[in-house]
Amino acid sequence: MGQIQLKQVTKSFGDVQVIPPLDLTIEDGEFTVFVGPSGCGKSTLLRLIAGLEDITTGHIEIDGTDATDLVPAKRGLAMVFQSYALYPHMSVRKNIAFPLRMAKMDKAEIDRRVNAAAEVLNLADYIDRRPGQLSGGQRQRVAIGRAIVREPSAFLFDEPLSNLDAALRVGMRMEISELHKKLATTMVYVTHDQVEAMTMADKIVVLHAGVIEQVGSPLELYRTPRNTFVAGFIGSPKMNLINGEEAAKHNAATIGIRPEHIDVVESGGTWTGTVGVAEHLGSDTFFHIHNTGLAETITVRAIGDVSLTHGDTIHLNPRNDELHRFGADGLRIA
Amino acid sequence: MARSVTPRRKLINTTVAWAIGLLIFFPILWTILTSFKSEAEAIAAPPIFLGFDWTLENYRIVMERSDYGRFLWNSIIIAGLSTVLGCIIAVPAAWSMAFVPSKRTKDILLWMLSTKMLPAVGVLYPIYLIFIELGLLDSRAGLVVVLMLINLPIIVWMLYTYFKEIPGEILEAARMDGATLRQELIYVLTPMAVPGIASTLLLNFILAWNEAFWTLNLTAVNAAPLTAFIASYSSPEGLFFAKLSAASTMAIAPILILGWFSQKQLVRGLTFGAVK
Amino acid sequence: MATKASRSAARIMMAPAVILLLGWMLVPLIMTLWFSFRVYLPLRGGDQGWAGFDNYTRFVSSSSFWPAVQTTLIIVLGVLAITVIFGILIALLLDQPIWGQGVVRILVIAPFFVMPTVSALVWKNMFMDPVNGLFAHLWRFFGAEPVSWLSDASMGSIIMIVSWQWLPFATLILLTAVQSLDSEQLEAAEMDGAPWLKRFWFIVLPHLSRAITIVILIQTIFLLAIFAEIFVTTGGAFGTRTLSYLIFQRVLESQNVGLGSAGGVYAIILANIIAIFLMRIVGKNLD
Repeated sequence: MGQIQLKQVTKSFGDVQVIPPLDLTIEDGEFTVFVGPSGCGKSTLLRLIAGLEDITTGHIEIDGTDATDLVPAKRGLAMVFQSYALYPHMSVRKNIAFPLRMAKMDKAEIDRRVNAAAEVLNLADYIDRRPGQLSGGQRQRVAIGRAIVREPSAFLFDEPLSNLDAALRVGMRMEISELHKKLATTMVYVTHDQVEAMTMADKIVVLHAGVIEQVGSPLELYRTPRNTFVAGFIGSPKMNLINGEEAAKHNAATIGIRPEHIDVVESGGTWTGTVGVAEHLGSDTFFHIHNTGLAETITVRAIGDVSLTHGDTIHLNPRNDELHRFGADGLRIA
Repeated sequence: MARSVTPRRKLINTTVAWAIGLLIFFPILWTILTSFKSEAEAIAAPPIFLGFDWTLENYRIVMERSDYGRFLWNSIIIAGLSTVLGCIIAVPAAWSMAFVPSKRTKDILLWMLSTKMLPAVGVLYPIYLIFIELGLLDSRAGLVVVLMLINLPIIVWMLYTYFKEIPGEILEAARMDGATLRQELIYVLTPMAVPGIASTLLLNFILAWNEAFWTLNLTAVNAAPLTAFIASYSSPEGLFFAKLSAASTMAIAPILILGWFSQKQLVRGLTFGAVK
Repeated sequence: MATKASRSAARIMMAPAVILLLGWMLVPLIMTLWFSFRVYLPLRGGDQGWAGFDNYTRFVSSSSFWPAVQTTLIIVLGVLAITVIFGILIALLLDQPIWGQGVVRILVIAPFFVMPTVSALVWKNMFMDPVNGLFAHLWRFFGAEPVSWLSDASMGSIIMIVSWQWLPFATLILLTAVQSLDSEQLEAAEMDGAPWLKRFWFIVLPHLSRAITIVILIQTIFLLAIFAEIFVTTGGAFGTRTLSYLIFQRVLESQNVGLGSAGGVYAIILANIIAIFLMRIVGKNLD
């Protein structure tokens, strides 16, 4: 139980329309990620689903019933905030029990659920501490604990990992993914980090200026980006986008080629350029190449350690079957 | 911006700071000392600083002359109730301004403050008439209402600045967790704002305690608080330094003691929440 | 975070405070306006009909009007200048590392707790009394003739008393602001070779501007209304009659409510001019 449907939803702040009419269905049990650059409206969209903001026009349905005018508490959703939003004056136990207390659940049931959540999230060691005494990762777990005790029909996550350091982020990412597998509950997750989107999502919704650019599985987005925006946004390092003459050769306004789809050859490649920066990671080498006559910088990923450095001439061979072609309107040409 | 300095520098700073502190405090200290002198010692030339016969005689006479207990009780009731009442009205208003701000929020806030700038004398007579009409003259209830109203803008403003420090996400979390607006205020906002609310209560209690225009003009006997008690010593008949000092000490002691015990909140409150 | 539900809740929750203050402002204001156009002498026949603008012209043409306005402004500006300047100096001093900072701070803020009636009485009698006051003793000790402070230097004396009451407030706000100044900024300026005075002028003072605005705003609100200090010390004599006090005398002492009300309207207009002026500045400086 946890299907969320947005029908012709719009949102305006004053005269500014931040979300033009938008349709989206999030299936029950699905892990959906809203991804996009900051200011693209992804957090606003999440808050509309949560009921923390009113939609201007349109409808939101949760499990087939209209929830457009329901207050947040009545929507059966739980939310994990970017700042965790723990109640600083309550112990971890009280924080987690708070939604159950508000629901006037009986004491024994509250204890049972809090203990269960504490066990799932390994919170038992600091269950009686205050949030102020916890580390970022621990606070994150408490926030999740507070969400799961309610047994909501869907979880909403608003950039939950952005306040954690890099190492912790990877760990928490996996914990959340695992939690999703275990609970099999709908999760809607907002992030600006496309790596989080690619690694966690069943379905990614790429947003740009309030508009859905593409919806699909991570690999669909990777393989067949619908337009240049998605092409440039999904994938790391970014796809090389080339305009002009070279694109015209392929009957397109723009062509895109991912760094991992360009081979470095000894000589006689299709393209040549000079190495600006070479990043030697051991397993891979990333080249940022100038003077190709194609674009300011072309990024190439070579497997293994390739011993070219700054100023060297480099020969490149793009794999033509991995080429993406886009029209003048930015849309993919099939 | 404090930095480490040489011990010599610190000694000089300390000396100057203490000298200034004592100078500013001196009138209070002198009043307290004089209250324990006999009238002759109080006006002795040259003045006696500590070497006098300590006596409680003045306090006894002041107590005999007027019913200190009743004035004190009136002060406590009037200052206390007006502050608490003000807070009860101000908390929801400050919540609205801090967490659901609109274009007009700042204007409303500034308008509220500007009502404090209306000169009290300008409206003294109308209030006087209204009080007579409602039978509120010389009643504690009337003063509670008036002092609540004159301090309300300050209370709203202070609470507003304290509330604004609380992240809105926490209140949203409470809303997601199923708290009603009332529960959100009682279980989440108020406990988180306790230090700010305490400072607000404290400062406004002091302001109400020391308010001397309305308390002097709207009371006679029954509801007169300590401001009126001490004003009765402004007549020439009261020109006995030791007794005046004893009465003054009795009027300010409760607040000085309260201030001593709640220094931290008070210092915070004294900045009216305006400076961090 | 705003939904229709929370916005309407906000309006409802704001209503009591707004309605109460609106009533508190409007009802007496309208009554004052009404009286100001009436011949109203409670002890000599009560309300005797319309006066037109007589009360207004009489109040302004009275020889005490302009001096009263002047007195009001001198007291407000004098106290503001003294408290802000000394407040900054003491704040800078207390910000330095010193022994017993907490105790010094208590000593400095203590006058704020003293009710105006008490402070006025204590200053008037125990310090400024020309015979037995401490100042008189001090003057005699140095062989000088004691001064009748409240009659010969009445304005200075009142400004002094009121400044003593408000200095703690100014000091405390400014101290809080000084302490929030990032020491790295000062160190950077020191590295750039800025001498002490320049560091104060270009870094410390701009940092304090918001705090100074707050001090000026709040103090002006209270200073325009000072009453007890004058009531107890000079009773408005010796050129210390502020506009407030003049109105007070017209209404209560001469029992001329019409005339006093006209004065009240003038005072309200004056206060509003100052309020608008201040609110402009504060509105800009408020977050």
